[in-house]
Amino acid sequence: MAENTTITQSKETKDLLILLAQTQKKCGFLSEETLANLARTLDMSLSDVYGVATFYSFLSTKPLGRHVIRVCKSLPCHYKDAAVIIESLEKTLGIKTGETTPDGRFSLELTNCIGACDKAPAILINDDVHGDLTVDRIPQILQAYK
Amino acid sequence: MPEKRIVLRNCGVIDPRDMSSYLAHDGFKGLEKALSLTPEQVIEEVKTSGLRGRGGAGFPAGMKWELTRKSPGDEKYLICNADEGEVGTFKDRYILQNDPFSLVEAIAIAGYAIGAKKGFIYLRAEYHYLRPMLANAIDQARAKGFLSHMDIEIRMGAGAYVCGEESALMESIEGKRGEVRYRPPFPPTKGLFGKPTVINNVETLMNIPAIMLNGARWFNQIGTERSKGTKVFSVAGDVPRPGVYEMVLGSKLRELVQDLAGATDIKAIQIGGATGRLIPESMLDTPLAFENLLGAGAITVFNSHRDIIDIVYRTMEFLAEESCGKCVPCRQGTEVMVETLERFMHGEGEERDVKVLQELSSTMMLTSLCGLGQAAPNPVIDSLQYFKDAYESRIKARGEVKV
Ligand SMILES: Cc1cc2nc3c(=O)[nH]c(=O)nc-3n(C[C@H](O)[C@H](O)[C@H](O)COP(=O)(O)O)c2cc1C
Ligand code: FES
Repeated sequence: MAENTTITQSKETKDLLILLAQTQKKCGFLSEETLANLARTLDMSLSDVYGVATFYSFLSTKPLGRHVIRVCKSLPCHYKDAAVIIESLEKTLGIKTGETTPDGRFSLELTNCIGACDKAPAILINDDVHGDLTVDRIPQILQAYK
Repeated sequence: MPEKRIVLRNCGVIDPRDMSSYLAHDGFKGLEKALSLTPEQVIEEVKTSGLRGRGGAGFPAGMKWELTRKSPGDEKYLICNADEGEVGTFKDRYILQNDPFSLVEAIAIAGYAIGAKKGFIYLRAEYHYLRPMLANAIDQARAKGFLSHMDIEIRMGAGAYVCGEESALMESIEGKRGEVRYRPPFPPTKGLFGKPTVINNVETLMNIPAIMLNGARWFNQIGTERSKGTKVFSVAGDVPRPGVYEMVLGSKLRELVQDLAGATDIKAIQIGGATGRLIPESMLDTPLAFENLLGAGAITVFNSHRDIIDIVYRTMEFLAEESCGKCVPCRQGTEVMVETLERFMHGEGEERDVKVLQELSSTMMLTSLCGLGQAAPNPVIDSLQYFKDAYESRIKARGEVKV
């Protein structure tokens, strides 16, 4: 029987959010051209498509690095010195939060609680959680993302 | 009252990747029992158990199921809310990591009871790493024939706290912006794709197999008059042992944060995350129950070094960021609150700002479209009630106290 329906959604889905997420995964971000194409295919207005694309924080209408680092800034992490982690990441990568390294390897963003508060301070790199972070561990963690 | 494991009974006991270890621990026996009853009888059991929603609002689960079952139409949906976006909550993550099978079994039971042929698990984007194991559990259950009456699909969120709110969540599954809907109609009559829908939190559903297996009366004897069963708490912040704890409902907050999590220095506790309550240490003997204090079970402890205004300011900043923007009181109200609190942060707060906060609080509570805006003033109201000094000392420092 339909074995992998839980993993792969049907190819011809008309669900805009799924399509946006798939496109972002493939292209790294959602360009104006992509959005216009999607609008045409789905017979929707560009502004509706744009409205969805900009509503969700994991979708991006500007280019992102190959790896996206999201640092949790919510209270439990904040009080476990998330600011020190942010500062250290900015220094190591040579960029500010909201920016992408010139080589396109990393984007650095802040985010709200990622549900790892028992391991605060915590960050997400792509889909991976790194918790109980210390400044010393950062270089080694980053090395795994080429 | 002690720790007790109903929801977490299999966590750390079974191998979450291997169905056979779940089957060896009464796995899918609850479904077997349910299928030997009529859907109406299953719903009756859930009603008798007294199980209430664990996602924050505490609505009786059986009643929701019954309303949906009785709604006309063949096409119905079951949604498991795994969006867990409340600041300080991670219990659903822990459950999904350790016992995805019980959730699949629970969905199968719920689907049978309400007559849904399709179930969705809405998983927050931040939990993408949990997806393979959850999908594996669904696939294994399907392969064993446990899902012959319905299918389950995982839908990913895309980063929006408000999508945990049930109507915004349904908009999101429909592929739209996660904006809340006007109600009524409520989901049991008109939910996902306009069809009758039950939406339940992960933890609510996790109770179902045990209720089926041990009977409603067993469950009904645990807890307090109006709060049956246990609650799973996520404890974080200034405690030596942060983590997930399951306690009988009605247990004292003190047992949780001091005895279990080991807190020694407590100034304030936030219960229920950003939209929850902010209370002082003197209220540690409050029972954790729907009739007192509960929410979705996020417990964040703040020690004496933490600044109350900073806590409230950052909480409000979160809510302003995550407001879906559809209704004015929430969108603008949270913004104005952030600005006002910011003035206090910079030592520029005045007596009249306190008034603004108070008036704005009641407006937002009365006129916001959903729980976000209605509950957003909670940290402000509580801090003004229990930690008034934090505001007054700053006003005084500015030399403007007129009393
Ligand atoms: C802003 C907001 C966020 C919410 N987030 C969640 C959430 O992440 N998970 C959840 O189960 N319920 C959440 N809820 C509650 C849901 O709207 C709904 O009441 C719940 O999923 C119903 O399930 P239950 O009856 O099993 O608790 C949220 C509500 C609001 C107002
Ligand atoms: S506060 Fe950072 S993970 Fe929850």
